[in-house]
Amino acid sequence: MKVSVWKGGAEGSFQEFDVPRHPSQTVLDVVTYIQRTLDPTLAYRFACRVGMCGSCAMTVNGVPRWTCRTHVDKVARNDKVEIGPLRNLPLIRDLVTDMREFFDKWARANGQFKGNRTRHDDFEAVKPNSADRVQADAGIECIGCAVCYSACDVVSWNPDYLGPAALNRAWTLVKDERDGAKLERLRAVAGDAGCHSCHTHMSCTERCPKHLSPTASIAGLKREVLKSLIRGEL
Amino acid sequence: MTTRVETLLWIAQRASAAVLAVCVVVHLATIIYAVQGGLTAAEILGRTRGNHGWLAFYTLFVAAVSVHAPIGLRAIFLEWLRWRGASRDVVLALLAAALAWMGMRAALAVFM
Repeated sequence: MKVSVWKGGAEGSFQEFDVPRHPSQTVLDVVTYIQRTLDPTLAYRFACRVGMCGSCAMTVNGVPRWTCRTHVDKVARNDKVEIGPLRNLPLIRDLVTDMREFFDKWARANGQFKGNRTRHDDFEAVKPNSADRVQADAGIECIGCAVCYSACDVVSWNPDYLGPAALNRAWTLVKDERDGAKLERLRAVAGDAGCHSCHTHMSCTERCPKHLSPTASIAGLKREVLKSLIRGEL
Repeated sequence: MTTRVETLLWIAQRASAAVLAVCVVVHLATIIYAVQGGLTAAEILGRTRGNHGWLAFYTLFVAAVSVHAPIGLRAIFLEWLRWRGASRDVVLALLAAALAWMGMRAALAVFM
């Protein structure tokens, strides 16, 4: 099959390689084959190869995907595949993007858990079927792959926008009964750079490899911010 | 602009959209009803002149437009032109005032 792979920095171009097809071949297998046998200078990232670490996301035939769990059979068109870096992130080289801004935005969205108890207190009992727990559960399995961030048009239009992953993370903490920084977090995620800029295009939800719905999390944040505003806390 | 003000603008945008949804439907239905069997200035003025109900309706309509359009443009200016900050917000405040003035001028013209 013919595989076009992005080579170089932002001013680079696609380079074509011939790669043999195999059953159950993943896009990451293809990139690894190219790097090991055809072009040892090719830069790309991966770690776990089983969809846990979130490091191998790339743009495959124009769509952001986790490459280790994407079969070539699913994405090849006329025996051709085009593999590029994720968009909306600065390109370092080839298929490697600079993820700093993506994770800095998690910090800006107050994505850190701030417990309201000390080691001297007893454990907080969180009922598995409580409404908050159920809502937090729906967003908790994020692997930080930045596929949603790359798929989001609002991020490309407004570079300050925190993006779906950071807002989803904030939502899981807003719904965490053990967390003591909810108001601070709602302030961090409200406004032009936060949940209120979401256009509800749902590209993040469409592309999330873990089938999470950051759109639903962002809608939840809008509701919580509104409630806190009505209570006069914001 | 503070997060609190940005959130209030977002709420104003949603609330004015809800008002506009009703106002536009009433406005269009009135047009379709009014043009049955021809349309004259006398007929329109006969319906609106001195009618406080229509004046109240169009005052609400104008207020909703004056709130909704500038807030929508605020996001469009940011996302399409990367225009943000005080200069954008001053221009949009002037636009809101212009929409309110022109709208109320028209509403009052058919009332008085």
